[in-house]
Amino acid sequence: MRSFRVARTLISVYYAYMVEYRAELIFWVLSGSFPLIFLGLWNQAAQSGDLGFTSAEFARYFLAIFLVRQFTVVWVIWDFEKEVVQGKLSPLLLQPVDPVWRHFFGHVAERATRIPFILLLIGLFCLLYPEAIWLPTPYACLWGSLTLLLSFCLRFLIQYTFAMLAFWIERASAIQQFWFLFYTFLSGMVAPLALFPEPIREFALWTPFPYLVYFPASLLIGLPVDLTRGLVMMVAWGAIALLINRWLWQAGLRRYSGMGA
Amino acid sequence: MLRDCINILFTALPFIAVPFVTQKSIVSLAQYVRVLKLFWQVTIAAELEYRVNFVIAVISSIGGLAGSLFGLFLFYRTDYTFPGWLWSEALVVLGIFTILQGVAATFLVPNLNKIVSYVQEGTLDFVLLKPVSSQFWLSTHTVSLWGLPDLIFGLVIVFYAGRQVGLSALDYLAMLPPLGFGILSLYSLWFILGATSIWFVKIYNVTEVLRSLLEAGRFPIEGYPAAYRVFFTFIIPVAFLTTVPAKTMMGRSEPTWLLGSALLALILFQFSRWFWRFALRFYTSASS
Repeated sequence: MRSFRVARTLISVYYAYMVEYRAELIFWVLSGSFPLIFLGLWNQAAQSGDLGFTSAEFARYFLAIFLVRQFTVVWVIWDFEKEVVQGKLSPLLLQPVDPVWRHFFGHVAERATRIPFILLLIGLFCLLYPEAIWLPTPYACLWGSLTLLLSFCLRFLIQYTFAMLAFWIERASAIQQFWFLFYTFLSGMVAPLALFPEPIREFALWTPFPYLVYFPASLLIGLPVDLTRGLVMMVAWGAIALLINRWLWQAGLRRYSGMGA
Repeated sequence: MLRDCINILFTALPFIAVPFVTQKSIVSLAQYVRVLKLFWQVTIAAELEYRVNFVIAVISSIGGLAGSLFGLFLFYRTDYTFPGWLWSEALVVLGIFTILQGVAATFLVPNLNKIVSYVQEGTLDFVLLKPVSSQFWLSTHTVSLWGLPDLIFGLVIVFYAGRQVGLSALDYLAMLPPLGFGILSLYSLWFILGATSIWFVKIYNVTEVLRSLLEAGRFPIEGYPAAYRVFFTFIIPVAFLTTVPAKTMMGRSEPTWLLGSALLALILFQFSRWFWRFALRFYTSASS
């Protein structure tokens, strides 16, 4: 009961905070336009030859990718790094709530403020590609939204684990940027995994990357994916990240020497 | 090796100072070059303290390059080719894109992304008080060595792909003017967006939007549908940044494109200067 109240309070506080910066939010939504660039390229490519996907299917795929990306954006490492480097973590440690929940609910609340802009962009997309409009089946809705939720949690968990390194190095975000390179090219953001060469696809499916973007997007638009394997992989990577995270958190706190600690 | 790169970097000094010198300015070109040299010596000395950063930059650069090549390869592994672009020709575009990424990381990001914080903290006052042009100060006072690996790998790709296409030394020289104009356009756009922080204060991400749109420059503009081509030529001039230099290099560019690229750069740059003076009229400093 108490944790429910804490969650509700944190969400409403961060929602109010995020709405304050609406203009900034529009720019954040627009800066996720990377999949739309590839939408253009593949759409054009599909018109000149048989790639196994039609233009409409490509359009649908990249819209789904765009949506998944919007709902799974995570920036916790930059905030956490600042808190550690500037010593702002100290007062937060005094509170009876683990600091992670502030970040987590901050992210959740931000999702809600994004929705109007996302709907606007979807409307624009439907005008541009009327042939690509689709209605997800109940099955796709259920598993798509469930895995979307899971992939947000997984991405948050992984990034928060990297953030723990801020206790030891000053620029933990450099590691995140390096990770992001692999994320960009292996997560299915540049092309559906079906178009990857066989060995690279197999390799990618063992890494966490496709499950952060490709997997929920495919479920949403009804591309065939191995549901059980995907869920197992997500849970497994999540468990690994959680273990390392808690271990680093304990060790990091002992090392932490910010102002007032 | 690092030292050589830094020396080469310093040869760029006069080229960077030139656009900022006008008939009206009291400071001469030679003085601008001297100031610039001092700026850079200080920042480079500071950056060399953190050599590990440079190693990370090299590794990231290699990773990014592998990813870009993979992205391009995905298109060419089927029978599909971008209309009128062979694999090695598309590689030239990718090489030029990598060079531009390096230029942005070396010169643009460390300077222009900081304008926001000067406005926010009111420290812009100190810049405005200095006897050099404030736009010059804001645009050039630091360099970051983090972008060097991208610059070098970009050049390697351009030369490698250029050999496969069969380009001569003269062709490489022909690429320089459109590439220079492209960089000037990119700088001007970036600076204009940075200058809007005078009004909006908290806009770290405007430049992020620009950056994400520039990603389109990885591929030849002919690969996009018509609507995208219009957008990337006339609204965000990505076509002039990578495709035009590459085409000029291969002798396939019409003079109108080159002319357009020059005009665009000069107009954007002039506009950025006017816009900065205009924006400053709305600046309410922290102390007054």
